[in-house]
Amino acid sequence: MSTTTQTAPGTAAPSYYDLDEHEHPPGASTMLGFWLYLMSDCLIFAMLFAAYGVYGGSYAGGPGPKELFELPLVAVNTTALLLSSITYGFAMINADEQNKAATLRWLAITGVFGAAFLSIELYEFSNLIHEGAGPWRSAFLSSFFTLVGTHGLHVTFGIIWLVTLMVQVARRGLEPANLRRLQCLSLFWHFLDVIWIGVFTFVYLLGVLR
Amino acid sequence: MSADTHGHGHDAGHGHHDAHDHHGGAAHGSRREYWIGFILSVLLTAPAFGLVMTGVISDPRVTAGIVMALAMVQIFVHMIYFLHMNTKSENGWTMLALIFTAIIVLIVIAGSLWVMYHMNLNMMPGMGGEMSSGGM
Amino acid sequence: MSDDLIKTIFGRLTLESFPIHEPILVGTFIMVAIGGAAVLGALTYFKLWGYLWKEWFTSVDHKKIGIMYIVLALIMFLRGFADALMMRAQQAVAFNGSEGFLPAHHYDQVFTAHGVIMIFFVAMPFVTGLMNYVVPLQIGARDVSFPFLNNFSFWMTVSGAVTVMMSLFVGEFARTGWLAMAPLSGLDYSPDVGVDYYIWALQIAGVGTLLSGVNLLATIIKMRAPGMSLMQMPIFTWSALVTNVLIVAAFPVLTAVLAMLSLDRYVGTNFFTNTGGGNPMMYVNMIWIWGHPEVYILILPAFGVFSEVVSTFSGKRLFGYTSMVYALIVICILSYLVWLHHFFTMGSGASVNSFFGITTMIISIPTGAKIFNWLFTMYRGRIRFELPMMWAIAFMLTFVIGGMTGVMLAVPPADFQFHNSLFLIAHFHNVIIGGVLFGMFAGVNYWWPKAFGFKLDKFWGTISFWCWVVGFWVAFTPLYVLGLMGVTRRLRAFEDPSLQIWFVIAAIGALIIAAGIGAMLMQFYVSIRDREKLRDFTGDPWNGRTLEWATSSPPPAYNFAFSPVVHDLDAWHDMKSKKAERPTTGFRAIHMPKNTGAGVILAGLSTVFGVAMIWYIWWLAAVAFVALIATAIGHTFNYDRDFHIPAEDVVNSEDARTRALQQAGV
Repeated sequence: MSTTTQTAPGTAAPSYYDLDEHEHPPGASTMLGFWLYLMSDCLIFAMLFAAYGVYGGSYAGGPGPKELFELPLVAVNTTALLLSSITYGFAMINADEQNKAATLRWLAITGVFGAAFLSIELYEFSNLIHEGAGPWRSAFLSSFFTLVGTHGLHVTFGIIWLVTLMVQVARRGLEPANLRRLQCLSLFWHFLDVIWIGVFTFVYLLGVLR
Repeated sequence: MSADTHGHGHDAGHGHHDAHDHHGGAAHGSRREYWIGFILSVLLTAPAFGLVMTGVISDPRVTAGIVMALAMVQIFVHMIYFLHMNTKSENGWTMLALIFTAIIVLIVIAGSLWVMYHMNLNMMPGMGGEMSSGGM
Repeated sequence: MSDDLIKTIFGRLTLESFPIHEPILVGTFIMVAIGGAAVLGALTYFKLWGYLWKEWFTSVDHKKIGIMYIVLALIMFLRGFADALMMRAQQAVAFNGSEGFLPAHHYDQVFTAHGVIMIFFVAMPFVTGLMNYVVPLQIGARDVSFPFLNNFSFWMTVSGAVTVMMSLFVGEFARTGWLAMAPLSGLDYSPDVGVDYYIWALQIAGVGTLLSGVNLLATIIKMRAPGMSLMQMPIFTWSALVTNVLIVAAFPVLTAVLAMLSLDRYVGTNFFTNTGGGNPMMYVNMIWIWGHPEVYILILPAFGVFSEVVSTFSGKRLFGYTSMVYALIVICILSYLVWLHHFFTMGSGASVNSFFGITTMIISIPTGAKIFNWLFTMYRGRIRFELPMMWAIAFMLTFVIGGMTGVMLAVPPADFQFHNSLFLIAHFHNVIIGGVLFGMFAGVNYWWPKAFGFKLDKFWGTISFWCWVVGFWVAFTPLYVLGLMGVTRRLRAFEDPSLQIWFVIAAIGALIIAAGIGAMLMQFYVSIRDREKLRDFTGDPWNGRTLEWATSSPPPAYNFAFSPVVHDLDAWHDMKSKKAERPTTGFRAIHMPKNTGAGVILAGLSTVFGVAMIWYIWWLAAVAFVALIATAIGHTFNYDRDFHIPAEDVVNSEDARTRALQQAGV
């Protein structure tokens, strides 16, 4: 940013008050503010990853990743999340084109993929707990359940938010406030995708390799 | 929480009376971009799973290296094609925030691993071995 | 009713949870109850509830929220200081076989509560309140980016404070020290509600802190007046920018580590336990990753205040503005690279300790550069010894000593001697009182006339100033001495009678500080009583340099009828020297956010949720949580959030300002 003043020396006296202000559109800071919030969320995940990194080998005599993780299940889950990402993208494109029906349709499909992801994750968790590998079994499992569970919790809130937005779009249409909200959720949803890349790589794939 | 907004301020970086970016400067994607992103991420995810599930490479360290590299690339793909990160939206503030966060994330994860590795080595004999065989 | 049913309804809460057998607590409760009843009665008698609710509690005006934050900080400060007095008194008498007057169970809660309250519910709201009040004015904005969020953040902080205060009379507070180190804070060693109070109070307040950080960041980035480039931002705004970056990047770490501790306590995970592969050292590691940036979150705004004050009262532009900005940025990054210096003695070995020792010494360099900048700003300046300037000078003298003892602590081998000793206690009180608190007092004296339209009384202010400065040194110098002799912190009784004299001196120091606090309250009272005499009509009582002095005192709800256009770093000084005409006609309606009670309701539900979790009242926790989510969603269905201040109203208040300025002869 330069520090130069706006009026060159020698011209008429500079103006010190903005006498002809136009009304500013509301929500000019929303996207930036939401992005900053996501960055802070990113640090929560960073700590959970750090904990998993430190505790990843602390089995306390219990089962390790090789015995516990079922990669085919994780692959299906990853597919569901990836598909939900592109369907959300289609929803956004339709929203920008003011195509309400298509937006709602794609949002619904995104929600279904999200719910599928969650169901598979819950199924995996309940299997682990039944095998006696619950979060209290070892520090490794504590950090595993917390990291993956926190991601799942975010997806859950994403779905609740998605349904809320669907109702709001259905009621009020694709007006600027709703578009802004859709964009925020878009950032949130794709952000969870990025976190999931870290989870399936460092937790599942590298876990099975160790 | 809903982001309740009432921005009536100026975007100082634009100077005075500039055209305001009415969608807050956020970048938008096209169908093409989403497709590219999706195809690329499939192309990056599938080999990672494939390598680990089939175990074609006998040395797990090589596999781990490849898998991590694929993940890194995929994170970039998602950032560019799904999150539409670029240096221009919001006058570069989103990118700046992202870079800063990445640095902090790196510091806290690498730092924690480094610190805890030495703690375990010095203070909890017997745990050091487990740590060195593991570690992400 | 069966026992099971009672347990289901009340969780862990029983009649024994109320500390009726502890005379000190009962006495306190009676005093608080009488005082509270008097305040509530007065509010009802003078019919102030409607006014408070409409004009303050539901307000989204950043100025009112800022003031409420500071009021909260001052109230909690009295509580925290009462704890300090009890500790000083206990340690002064607990010699020669005497156990003092505080049983161990209670004493441990007192020192924990003192630390938690002073950091989270005094320093944090003070800093946030000041930033909230000043930043939008300094950048020529009409409010923050997310006004409702601002109100919500404030009430979440209040909710955390209420939770801590509740632990005084219902159950107990943590007995773990202010960071609740594991495994002491685990379920095995702290099975009671104390640590749960700690966790939920901090988690709830943390939401508020984080969101207000995001809010102020977005405000500074997006809402600066036309023409104000980054390098023309007032230095206090710069320090607020960096502070909020630190908040947004550090508080999630606290959230995560406290969440893991709660999982250990509620679910039975093994993060920080001694068994099951857990590792308590990881807790120490993670909480200090938050803890060190937190130190800078507190001190940087104070640095900002001093920069403004020194520049204004020296009548000069701040020396080395650019270097100040770069010092802030360097501190911002470096503050994430020093956390291990809080636990050199835990045994990470030579390589790790050396790295963190060196980074710690490096971080003192930008701080030192700032001290020189203030000194050079004063050099050949026309210094006016008004109250804010007095605080600034006292700060420089005090803080330099605190900084130097900090560098001593940064030397790992020396730290093995100082660690957890009273030397450390003296050091961080030296920087927090001498830095943060003096900074906040300078800020209050500096901006009070802006907020209320009259100056603070100088006589009582001076008395308070001297009591504070002298009291601080009398109270904490003995702790340096004791620390060097090897006395560790948090002790309740002592064997060696030769130490007693130092503790007695420290207690006298605490009493002198108490006199300083009394004088400060007197200062507020006298100033409000004599407000007509102290009235300032210009809006610029100190011959200020930045934009907050360009508007009336107190500023109208919309801050500026026309947005100022910035051409210079000291924008208002520039406008005055160029004789910029204040426009007196052509006012328009101004678009502003509407007040809302949603923040109060959401924070209230959070309190209920937290308390229910603390006492294991699961049904209530579930109900409160669902209500919380439902209210939040419900709030998003309200799209009608703005209104216009009609042009006539703007004309009226601006005409009043014109008359006031004429009266003042400006």
